[in-house]
Amino acid sequence: MVSVRKSTIIDAPVDDVWRTLRDFNGHDRWHPAVAESEIEGGEPTDMIGAVRHFRLADGGELREQLLTLSDKDRTFSYCILEAPFPLMNYVATVRLKPVTDGERTFWEWSSNFDPPARQRDELATLVGEAIYEQGFEAIRAMFGERAREVTVNVVSRAGSERSAPPPRPPEPSPVASATSAGERTGAIVVDRYGGPDELRFREIALPPPGPGEVRIRHHFVGVNFIDVYCRTGYFTLLEPPGVPGMEAAGVVEALGQGVTGLSVGDRIGYACPPVGAYCEARNMAPDLLVRLPDHVSDPIAAAGLLKGITASFLLHEVHPVRAGETLLIHAAAGGVGQLLVQWARRIGARVIATASTDEKAAIATARGADDVIVYSREDFSEAVGRLTDGRGADVIYDAVGKDTFARSLDALAIRGHLVSFGQASGPVGSWDIGDMASKSITVSRPNYGHYSGTTEDLTRHVERFFSAFRQGIVTIEEPTVYELENAAQAHRDLEARLTTGSIVLRV
Amino acid sequence: MTKVYVSTVIGAPAPEIWRVVRDFNGLPNWTPFVAESRIEQNAHPDQIGCIRNFRLKDGGRIRERLLALSDYDLSCTYTILESPMGVEDYIATLSLTPVTDGNRTFAEWQAEFECAPERETALVEQIGNGVFKTALDALKRRFGGG
Repeated sequence: MVSVRKSTIIDAPVDDVWRTLRDFNGHDRWHPAVAESEIEGGEPTDMIGAVRHFRLADGGELREQLLTLSDKDRTFSYCILEAPFPLMNYVATVRLKPVTDGERTFWEWSSNFDPPARQRDELATLVGEAIYEQGFEAIRAMFGERAREVTVNVVSRAGSERSAPPPRPPEPSPVASATSAGERTGAIVVDRYGGPDELRFREIALPPPGPGEVRIRHHFVGVNFIDVYCRTGYFTLLEPPGVPGMEAAGVVEALGQGVTGLSVGDRIGYACPPVGAYCEARNMAPDLLVRLPDHVSDPIAAAGLLKGITASFLLHEVHPVRAGETLLIHAAAGGVGQLLVQWARRIGARVIATASTDEKAAIATARGADDVIVYSREDFSEAVGRLTDGRGADVIYDAVGKDTFARSLDALAIRGHLVSFGQASGPVGSWDIGDMASKSITVSRPNYGHYSGTTEDLTRHVERFFSAFRQGIVTIEEPTVYELENAAQAHRDLEARLTTGSIVLRV
Repeated sequence: MTKVYVSTVIGAPAPEIWRVVRDFNGLPNWTPFVAESRIEQNAHPDQIGCIRNFRLKDGGRIRERLLALSDYDLSCTYTILESPMGVEDYIATLSLTPVTDGNRTFAEWQAEFECAPERETALVEQIGNGVFKTALDALKRRFGGG
């Protein structure tokens, strides 16, 4: 019998490393030798007995079975069922331990196996170096990169810890007359509620940052469906005349009196009220500004912050998704939809996605959806019934609204949860909650601000999202870019569902 | 049951560090807080069951019995028989594990014990920081950090 034992120290907290390594199907995300991997039978990745079937970068295929997994000891072991080399009776163990003086991790990877005598050294080298040490190197690179980043944190206003925070109502940013002297900024202004044509570019006054405010110079501004609701007056976050937009990335350009913890030139992003992001520069309270780590570019932050925070609270708080649950995700090729699909799959849920066209269905499949229903062609509720042997979906994430709400209720399993978090096709109307008893249904209508409106909540979601992004659990595609002046066209295309992924405005 | 766990990385091969720490009578040689030590009844310090009787630099006296010693696992387990700390059923293990990448050593020191609830926080601090970490830090100064 040959024993191979390799160990290293990773410069990251043990829980972070464990989160990455415990995913038995996640090695294709970090190990350079693994090209792609899947769990047979769609079992959860942390189910004892689960078999991962994976292809090496050089083409060889292996099947390995999870034998033990302990979140207490941070260890798991597995054996080889099939491999293109004679690693007979191969059983391996991965074990992590905390290095308590410095937030580091001890990682040991060891195995025993019975090779043919003449291949003994060759196979021991293969396992120890090509598999274990290369794996160490990849994880080290992944976390080393992170260690050099500025940690995600949210800057709080000086002196606000004790005193009551100054009220920050979601007031529309005041649109002062541009004829007065002083600085100006180009902005998209809504003078009255209405269609995309109400988004007009003009110059408005930009006062110096007041006490407790910072001036932000935008580089990219995120376009979200909530901006459409603000423009049409469905939400009163914006009162005309006002500037829409709640998401952007840029740099701190100036500090008002009493602001600490931020410096001019800091890269920051935000995804929160008050509205007013569709402009070149604005003043804002720093409470909900997020420092951007190096691995998150400006367009990615502008495209992804709001969606990532949304996906975080939808999957972890509105309904804490568990491995093995069946999810139905509507509009899965959309910005939030793609994140939900990827993240839910990694949690171990079964994901059924819907999309309006074959093209969008292909995107949902590429993001990892187990099944995709093109709902313009097939009744999705019936399809869910067929795909679940009549059981229905445990959770449905529905931001389509009017067009899907009724059939979503039909597609729910008993004690299912319908999370209605948007209404791209129109308001869902009134429903008799008495009818919900037929399946003991739960309906949620989460509001973004209620899940991300405090520094504490926001930090939790941002860290979770950036961490998932860094690990490749979720990907943010390069967004479609429109110039700030063309915001109206961006809204037209968004509402006509001509776009997939995210839209940003370049400043 | 209260648990204390402390670990670190030391910049030398495990066998080299093991030579120093395996001596159950050797605390004065490598920890900064033990003044003198002897093994009771003239026993060998690697005889399982032997008792070390040592005096701390602050004057306290402690008696500990060796429960296990493994030159294979590079680990040593012992229990406290008498001490001024006020702990019951105290069992501690010091172990070394080679870090193959860089020829370093992962050192762990952990203990489990019972104590009066109001003493728990202070004891965890005293044992975790005052004893284990202080001693491991001394090894790091001697052999280098990792």
